[in-house]
Amino acid sequence: MSTQAPVAPAPAEGTGAATIAEATTFEPVIIGFTCNWCSYRAADLAGTARTKYPPNVRLIRLMCSGRLDPTFVLKAFSEGADAVLVSGCHPGECHYIEQNYKALRRFQLLSRTIQALGIEPGRLQLVWASAAEGVRLAGEIARVTEEVRELGPLNWPAGEIVDIDNVTLEAAWEATGGDAGGPPETPGGANPQHAAESAEAAR
Amino acid sequence: MSPAAKPAAKPKLAIFGAASCGGCDIAIVNIHEHIVDVAAAFDIVLWPTIMDGKYSDIEAMADGEITITLVSGSMRTDVTVHLAKLLRRKSQFMVSFGSCASEGCIPGLANLSSRKEILDTAFSTSSTDNPDGLRPVWECQVPEGVLRLPEFEPVLRTLDQVVEVDYTIPGCPPESNQIWAALEAVVKALNGTGPLPPKGSVLGAGESTVCDECARKRDVKKISQFVRIQQVAKFDPEICLLEQGLPCNGSATRSGCGALCPAVSAPCIGCYGAAEGVVDYGARLMSAFASVVEATQPEEIDRVLDGIADPVGQFYRFSLAGSLLRSGRAAWQKDGE
Repeated sequence: MSTQAPVAPAPAEGTGAATIAEATTFEPVIIGFTCNWCSYRAADLAGTARTKYPPNVRLIRLMCSGRLDPTFVLKAFSEGADAVLVSGCHPGECHYIEQNYKALRRFQLLSRTIQALGIEPGRLQLVWASAAEGVRLAGEIARVTEEVRELGPLNWPAGEIVDIDNVTLEAAWEATGGDAGGPPETPGGANPQHAAESAEAAR
Repeated sequence: MSPAAKPAAKPKLAIFGAASCGGCDIAIVNIHEHIVDVAAAFDIVLWPTIMDGKYSDIEAMADGEITITLVSGSMRTDVTVHLAKLLRRKSQFMVSFGSCASEGCIPGLANLSSRKEILDTAFSTSSTDNPDGLRPVWECQVPEGVLRLPEFEPVLRTLDQVVEVDYTIPGCPPESNQIWAALEAVVKALNGTGPLPPKGSVLGAGESTVCDECARKRDVKKISQFVRIQQVAKFDPEICLLEQGLPCNGSATRSGCGALCPAVSAPCIGCYGAAEGVVDYGARLMSAFASVVEATQPEEIDRVLDGIADPVGQFYRFSLAGSLLRSGRAAWQKDGE
């Protein structure tokens, strides 16, 4: 599926078949949610120490990873993010006692849900980083960026159908590249169709 | 078009079912003798489930001639989209009636599958009696001309993803007393005896959550395992179902139904849609469920979460098409049907 190069924001390059060169120019957009007390400061420390990390991540500071509403993640995906990185204090070190455990549970539940919807688990990652771990956080951001680069653009089509009136779904459909890369493997063998059937059966 | 200017003419009402089961129409009829009041207050110009009517008559109307159109059902085919747009043009007020129109409802779960998968399920499963492998063809030449079937769109959409919507009446189906309350409010506004609800309002429902209407006691707010309803012989009638491990969606679901399901030990499944202020129903619910799980180690959390067998079915049973992501990725696969 990483061959869906037409959707990569390749500057200046013209049309034509996707090439490996084009595919490698794909720069993922990663939204990073950081905790005010640890990972945001770790990112700050990385900056102060001139530790390099990829500019693909856009950091958003929350007061705590426990503030992370799953809505933020879904909104990021629906509006063009290729991945979301959630970071907070190491377990047991939360400024608010135990809210990072809440973040961990939300992350694990959200991860299951997005996988059932066909989004690869690598697009939602959780990283613990203390305020002293600037180098470590920079390394993790680099790792996530490379992993997402491998996955290719998410290009979630939801945004295409938001506008009312006169939106041609067919055009949006074409824009997604159709099934050029075949269906994404839904990890855990979850068959969305079965999910739909069992939901109806449960009624 | 103000009623004061034309006192003789009754306001026109259209009720249109797109991709729906007909339950919304039954719920409307279920307002019992008030249906006579509806007939007295309105000139019903279209209601395909109940009476004869021609779309050509609607096309012949002036723009805005219909006072209110209730649309129940979601946007599945090009024809429903066309009719929704037509009715929007001809109506002063467009009401998204029921869960299908408002958030996709059960038909919206088809957004987890591609068009081919949907047709395979309908026509080509081992239990389907279809020896010749017949499939619908969208266009068919017959001696009298070309016959055309309404064509599937790649994904199912909600009404407000297709046209501008003035009011929403949630529910699958909306409770009949709530329907009457909503219609009455509009009738009063038209008579000049009441205020017109502000545009974009949700009518016929509360602003809080089902938990608020539910009589069960909740105080523990910790759960160490999820159970399925068939695994437990009897639930405690006094205590919150979620605290008893049953995934109950009440905490994210809009009030207005009277918490009928939890009252009889059935979990809320979310048919009244998202509570006021909730952007994404499933996200709110995931947030709530994760908060009450009593586990701190990843493996332990996984063990508890395994109790939710089908996360999308649990969190988006009624709201997938209206959610932030709107569909599963499979819906967008082009697979040569």
